[in-house]
This record gives sequence, structure tokens and C-alpha cells, in this order.
Amino acid sequence: MTAVADRLRPLTAHRLFWPALVLVVMIAANTVYRPGFLAVEVKNGHLYGTPIDILRLSAPLILVALGMTLVIATGGIDLSVGSLCAISGAIACLHISGAADQNSPATVATALALAFGAALVLGAWNGVLVAVIGIQPIIATLILMVAGRGIAQLVTEGQIITINSGPYRAIGLGHFLTLPLAILIALAAALLVAAFTRRTALGLIVESVGGNAEASRLAGIRSRRIVFLVYVISAVCAALAGFMVTANVSSADGNAAGLWIELDAILAVVIGGTSLAGGRFSLGGTVLGALIIQTLTTTVYAMNISPQTSLLFKAVVVIAVCLVQAPAFRARLRRRRRGAEPGPAAPQREKEQVPA
Amino acid sequence: MRSRSTARTVIAAFAGVLLAASVAACGNSDTGGGSGDGNDKIVLGFSQVGAESGWRTANTTSIKEAAAAAGIELKFDDAQQKQENQIKAIRNFIQQKVDVIAFSPVVESGWDTVLKEAKDAKIPVILTDRAVDSADKSLYKTFLGSDFVKEGRLAGEWLVEQKKAASGPVNIVELQGTTGSAPANDRKKGFAEAIAANPNLKIVASQSGDFTRAGGKQVMEQFLKANPKIDVLFAHNDDMGLGALEAITAAGKTPGKDITIITVDAVKDGMQALADGKFNFIAECSPLLGPQLMDLAKKVKAGEEVPARIETEETTFTQEQAKEALPNRKY
Repeated sequence: MTAVADRLRPLTAHRLFWPALVLVVMIAANTVYRPGFLAVEVKNGHLYGTPIDILRLSAPLILVALGMTLVIATGGIDLSVGSLCAISGAIACLHISGAADQNSPATVATALALAFGAALVLGAWNGVLVAVIGIQPIIATLILMVAGRGIAQLVTEGQIITINSGPYRAIGLGHFLTLPLAILIALAAALLVAAFTRRTALGLIVESVGGNAEASRLAGIRSRRIVFLVYVISAVCAALAGFMVTANVSSADGNAAGLWIELDAILAVVIGGTSLAGGRFSLGGTVLGALIIQTLTTTVYAMNISPQTSLLFKAVVVIAVCLVQAPAFRARLRRRRRGAEPGPAAPQREKEQVPA
Repeated sequence: MRSRSTARTVIAAFAGVLLAASVAACGNSDTGGGSGDGNDKIVLGFSQVGAESGWRTANTTSIKEAAAAAGIELKFDDAQQKQENQIKAIRNFIQQKVDVIAFSPVVESGWDTVLKEAKDAKIPVILTDRAVDSADKSLYKTFLGSDFVKEGRLAGEWLVEQKKAASGPVNIVELQGTTGSAPANDRKKGFAEAIAANPNLKIVASQSGDFTRAGGKQVMEQFLKANPKIDVLFAHNDDMGLGALEAITAAGKTPGKDITIITVDAVKDGMQALADGKFNFIAECSPLLGPQLMDLAKKVKAGEEVPARIETEETTFTQEQAKEALPNRKY
């Protein structure tokens, strides 16, 4: 037990050190700019402050990025998650807006079930295209990315559906033990995914499929089934994120809900140290990546950086994150080339060098 | 992977079916009926930006209803926010030899070639809602749309009037629309010009909320934390203002009282908030330009001269006016 911990600890430290440092630097810069940045107070019986905002707003991104991590670990990519957010949010809000009693928990439960059902179908669609028919993931999910916006607008009939439902609102804005419910849901999802992938062989199988699907198949792993599964998981995560996004503003906007979240999610996964080439993945890194992205957005507003320069500012920070990670990769690579005995972790490193 | 060509065919088939379905679903319903009778009904080809907001949907509805009422055959196309779709639609209209082409340009630039083609085909073009930056003004007959600068100015003038007795500084925060878009640039400009009349009125923070509720809310949350004293919020559209309402309430303040809220648009949810006393003032940006457009289409078809710039008929609303107007609002 301690041997496992000893072996994992330096690895975890390596993986998450640079992204964590970037997050700390950003928070420090904010605190210097506005000393009250980290201040948290209790308002109406729950915590209130910028750090809480960051946690709450990063919840949808964390969810989407979790699913994305698994997809990317199999060597795939899921571009349709933003559209799936919009579709699931739209279906849920549409059902609630048509109900006689919007506050009834039964109504909300039905709405969530309907939207989850749709997400499962669409996730299965992605899974079939990639795993069964063998279409390249970027193309297969591009179909739903583009068409999905159309579906969402079809559901909302191009309108913004406004709802007034307490239980649904709670998904995005509720509190439990003074903390925002959204972040607790995201945390629970992260722990659930972690438990399923790290406490069972599933994670290892996913990594092996991402490392070499053919070899895994020959080793007796049903690669196709695993690939299919990760797209369904990704769709379910996206649906949950879609509920949060729409509950946050109590309205479903087929056009804006979850717009570009797929790109943020991919970025979060990459910042978290998972290679786009597939193979080894880090859920903790992904969560950290999502927090970095949300902190970056909040920094722009908190420091009042002008909208014209904010995109440039974000780009510069993201490039900095990638560069600061790169020397570490290069150093490891150099060490390996000098002929050091490739330890058990060596093949994994081979995968990691790709984004650098 | 082994049978790559099969995979490709399947991709093409699936993509084709799905895209066709989505396009048909979003942009349809009025292209079919009533064509091919060979009567002398005016045929108007209209290319819409998309369906990105309640405002845009109301705009579409108004154009469709007005066309039906005026006995004009409407060929409607939804460009889904993409210029290339819109150019394609305009070329289609030219091929179909419609009588008049109207469109709301997705972006300002890059229209010269396709407009030249329309001109060569002797089909008059009317711009609605948004302008193009073509140097050659003969490429289109007229531009029918709102004056965004004026909307910003009306909002600013109302605020100057409200705060003329204020002795101390009045802190204003601004939620801008999508960075670089004409309504965002112009509303900001008009508002800034108007409030320059009173040096006490000061914009302390200004950020883009992308015209969305989620954007408006997220930005307002940070405004509230970074600026201890905010007296006024000016949002470039209702949706951002509605998002900001939630942030203000969560901060323990009363919207409409602790913070005066001014927005632009007057969509239904915004008017409701105004009537409920949560907003204080809305400068209308009316999407109901269908009837004006149909009049213009008839005039340019008949060869009459029309002014190069026509403003949409618009007004402003206070809380009392909103209560009166709300029952009759169409959008």
C-alpha cells in the first residue's frame, strides 16, 4: 500500500505541478490587483465571494472535460458536447415550461429523464459512428456539433425559453452545506468517474485502447465496446453540464448555451497533462485545467481588462501554460534518450511528449 | 479503418442527411407554398442572420406575417450566422430571378461581389437591420434598420435627466454586446456621448457579456465584487440585463432600487422586468420592421425612388409605460 503511494506521489507531483503553479500565480496576481479577491463571506446562509463564483462557474466545464478526458484517452475527441449541452438544456426547459406546476419535483425529474434519454441516444449515435462504423472521431462528432445546434434551436423554436422552477434552478444555483450545489455535483461526478476508472480495471483498459486499439483487441479487450462507452459517458456529462448552464440563468438559449465549451474542455484536458494522442489520462489534471480556464475568464472581468484585448490576454496565458509545461517534457525526453533504463512508466511518457 | 472508402461514403451520407435535416428544420416553412402560378405577385428573397435571440425570432415572424398580409411571396432563408450561407442564398435568389432581395448581413464586409451580381441581374437589394461597408452605395437601394447610436444616446439622456440633481459621482457599469459588433460599438458610443453632459456620471467598468444572459450574469458578479458602489447598470441588450438581475439579487441588492438598470431592445422578458420594477428604462430596438420592408419592396419593384437610409419606428419605455404596453407586445 505505501509502496503504491510512494510510487504515485512523485508522479502526481510532476503531472500537476506546472498547471497548479499557473493557477496559484493567477490567483496571486488577482489578489495583488484587488486584495479582496479571495475574500469569502456568508450571505443568506451560504458562502459568497469570487472564489466561490469560480468554483460554481467551472462546474459545467469540469463535467464536460471529465467526459472529454475519457474520450481523448481512447485517442478520440468529442466536438459535439457543446451542442449536447444546448439540446439537453433545451429539452429540460421545454418540458418544464409546458408543465402546469413548474416547481413540482416530479416535473423536474421527468424533464431531466427526458433530456438524459436524448443525451444517451445522441451519445450512442457518436459511439456507433466511431466504434462500429469506424469514422474518425473528429468527423463523426463534428456532425452533431453542427447539426446539434440546429436540433437545439428546433426544440426551442429559436426562442429563449424562460422558466421559473425552483428545483431546476437549484441545479445551477442551489446550495448544500453553504457550498454551491453545482460544484458538489461536479465533484461527485469526478469522484464517480475516478472510482470507476481507477478502482476497477476500466481506466487501464481505456488507456490501453488509447495506446493501441489493435494490440488491446488482440490482448482480449473489446476495444469497440470501450470506445462506444466513452462517447456515451461524454454525452451524459455534457447533458448534466447543460442542465447547470441553463439552470444558472433559468432559461434555455439554443444558440448560446454551451457554445465553444468543447474547445474549453479540450484545453482543460490538455492543460491537465493528458495527451491528445490518447493513452494515459489524468482526471485530477483535467479538473485543475478547468479551474484554470474559469479563473482566467474571471480574471478578465475582475481586472476589467478591456474586451478588445481580453482574447489576446487569454491566448498569452494559455501559451504560457503550454510553454511552461514543455521544458519539463523535453527534460524527461532527453533523460530517456541518454539511455536510462526505461522504467515501467516509459511507454506512457512516449505518449505524453506529443503536445509539447 | 480497413475499408476507408466505405467509411467515407457513410460519413458523407450521415453528414448529408443530418445537415439537411437541421437546415430544413431551421430555415424552412415559407419557401414552398404558392410559387409557380405565374401570376404577377412580387417575389421577395430574404436571407436572415439566424435565430440567435428572441429579438431575431420576432424579426423573422414580423417579416413572414407582413409578407403574407401584403400579398408578397417570400422566399425565406436562414443563414445560421454564416456569411457563406448568406452569399449562397443570395446567389440562389438571383438564379430564381426573384423581384427583390433583402437580407440582414451577418458581418459588415465582403459583400461587394455578390451585390454586384445582383445589380448585374437588375435585382434591387434592400438591407435590413444591419449595414454593409461597401464603398459603392449603388449596390443596394436602401438600408432599413435601427439607429444603434441613437438607442445608446436615448438611454444616456434619460439617465442624465434622472441624475441631474446628483451632487456626488454616479458610478456606472456597462455590459457591452459582442465585441466589435455594430450594435455594441454604436450603443456604447451613443451612451458615452449623452452622459458626457454631466461630469458626475462616470463609467467605472465596462465588459463584454456577449449579448447573452449567462455572459451578463457572470460579468455582473465580478463587477459587484470589484466595485463596492455601483449606482447604474447600462446593458446593451435586455438579455444581459436579465442575467445581471440574478447577480445583483445574489449580492443582496435590489435591482431597480439600489442599482438603476437601463437596457436596450424591449423584448418580452425585458419588458416584464421593467413592468415589475426590476429594470428602470428600456430604449426600444424594434424587430417589427416587416411592414416597412414590404412597403419598400413594393416601391423599389415599381421603380420608385426611396431614401438611402430609413430608420425603424422606435420608442423608449419607462416602468409605467411598460405596464401599459406589455399586454399588447408581440415579442
